[in-house]
Amino acid sequence: MRLISKTFAVSLGAIGLGLIAGAILMLVTGNNPLAGYFHLFRGGLMNIERFGNSLASSTALILTGLSVAFAFKTGLFNIGASGQMLMGGLLASAVGLYVPWPRPLLLLAMFLAASIGGGAWGALPGWLKVKFNVHEVVSTIMMNWIAFWTVSYVVPRYLRDIFMETESRRIPAEASLRTEWLTDLFQGSYINLGLVLAIAAVAVVAFLLERTVLGYELKAVGHNKHAAQAAGIDIDQRMVTSMAIAGALAGLGGFVFYAGYSVNIQIGILPAQGFDGIAVALLASSSPWGVWGAATFFGILHTGKGFMNAMTAIPPTIADTIIATIIYFAATSILIETVWDKYSKRREQRSPRRGRPSPEQEVK
Amino acid sequence: MWETIIQITPHAVAFTIPLLVVSLGGLYSERSGVVNIGLEGFMIVGMFAGALTVATLAPSMQGAAVWLGLLMAVLVGAVFALLHAFACVTLNANQVISGTAINMVAGALTTYLARNITGSGNIVIPIALPRQNLAYLADIPIIGEMFFTRAYATTLLVLVILAVSTVLLYRTRFGLRLRACGENPHAADAAGINIYRMRYIAVAISGALASLGGAIFLVTIAGEYSGTAGGLGFLALAALIFGQWKPLGLLGATFFFGLASTVANVSRILPYLAHIPDIVLQTFPYVVTLLALVAFSRSSQAPKALGEPYDKGRR
Repeated sequence: MRLISKTFAVSLGAIGLGLIAGAILMLVTGNNPLAGYFHLFRGGLMNIERFGNSLASSTALILTGLSVAFAFKTGLFNIGASGQMLMGGLLASAVGLYVPWPRPLLLLAMFLAASIGGGAWGALPGWLKVKFNVHEVVSTIMMNWIAFWTVSYVVPRYLRDIFMETESRRIPAEASLRTEWLTDLFQGSYINLGLVLAIAAVAVVAFLLERTVLGYELKAVGHNKHAAQAAGIDIDQRMVTSMAIAGALAGLGGFVFYAGYSVNIQIGILPAQGFDGIAVALLASSSPWGVWGAATFFGILHTGKGFMNAMTAIPPTIADTIIATIIYFAATSILIETVWDKYSKRREQRSPRRGRPSPEQEVK
Repeated sequence: MWETIIQITPHAVAFTIPLLVVSLGGLYSERSGVVNIGLEGFMIVGMFAGALTVATLAPSMQGAAVWLGLLMAVLVGAVFALLHAFACVTLNANQVISGTAINMVAGALTTYLARNITGSGNIVIPIALPRQNLAYLADIPIIGEMFFTRAYATTLLVLVILAVSTVLLYRTRFGLRLRACGENPHAADAAGINIYRMRYIAVAISGALASLGGAIFLVTIAGEYSGTAGGLGFLALAALIFGQWKPLGLLGATFFFGLASTVANVSRILPYLAHIPDIVLQTFPYVVTLLALVAFSRSSQAPKALGEPYDKGRR
């Protein structure tokens, strides 16, 4: 009986190695890693407000992580979550700034706009893949930069702030996901309704993948395309659907980020959450509930880094370095798997003696 | 019109040159069968190594510091690329994930180090590469005026690298072997080529050239390291695909993209270009790359074994 599964051990191993690499880096640059980590985690967890900020930082990551994980399940690599997030955020911001509807209706419209923006940005690479055999990794990278320049074009012309050409106007309070009771509950943190949306998305995706025919078919395509096709599944259509849903999830990530965590959308930035989402999905080994856990962990790192920088001389980018290193170790998980296999094999060989005595031993 | 072309070409060339050498870097890796979406990361590493070297040595060495900065970028890039090679070649990891990790590690790690060194995270270089008329070449009619007057010496360097790479890849035993690793590694293995060693070398050259590209961008255009290469590495990746993994294709593609980006930057001051919306010019490289992928979908020149980890046991 194993206490933890192999995939979970691999994730823990990647996190552990990432933290060790971070510690070495702190040591090399003449800092005390123990103090660094103490303040890093304390900064993300020490009081209700900071914990609320950690949850707020994790919100967009949950959605981009879900996006990448969802595409993984169908055997697709969505490296375009950043661009989908930008397009979702752009459309949601445009609706929020221009449509004078009452709050619930407005938020619903922004929700739909973000899903459509991100969904379209994901569906197009999916369509290019099935129709023209264009690899989704390449096309989603191109789509990222098309989104980047689209935002750079649209924001200064149609949504711009009076003083800053590089930012949109602040969205009105009715269009913001921040809400008084949540802000009060977490004593003035950035936490907002986006977290509720993100957790609901986790539940919906988990249900979709585990309990519906569509989810079954999407996973079948991911496991073995040819078998799925032989079983009568329209694999082309399923791949486009998968990319559209993945895109919509990342688009919602843009909604919760630009209309919840932030108050406007800026140009000239390809949001890092899109790439961090890959790390989240890898750590979670694409399980929706695992995505929530991994995103929360990264949210704590992101919130704690500022506090750590204030308390020690360690630059805040150590958190990004750790996350990046974790991705590298997740990519090279075969290292950890080998160690795990060796360890569990040794334990299996040993276990008969440890447990009930074998017949031969009883005779003796 | 002609005057405008003469005016903007030097700017387009200045932008094309780093792009070209970065995409040449991508060419080595991908021709050997290893996907390299980490070009952006290698550029950042090159910018960091170059900026640190130039900023440190400039007070004592003046102009020579710039060239030592470029050399340092080449060395650091090659060493940093071993991370990618170790993951992709030795451990058979997913090459796209490893490349993504390279991009993220490069940006975060160099910013971390830069903040430890300068406090702000930016490293400004006190001297840049001067523009000059290149000997002999500037005297060629028309071409000389367009490409080699008021040009950087790195233009020549990169064109030499392009020529050497073309010969190396297509006219030598080494090049044939390297390309064989990307087309049919099993056949190459059967012919006695060490796939793992070839791919290690290719990825190291890739990192060195992409890093050099970052440093050239630093000493000619950017002037400071600030933790990002502004997506130039991805533009070089687009050029690699649009140029269909061929040296001359890369030259054409990068110049095409360089021209588009330059026109996008100057279109506001040129009256008859002002009616073209920026967005068309700025998204142009990515859109045409997507269109090229669609157009070449049946006859893509991509290396056949691109992205597949080499598995000795599979036939």
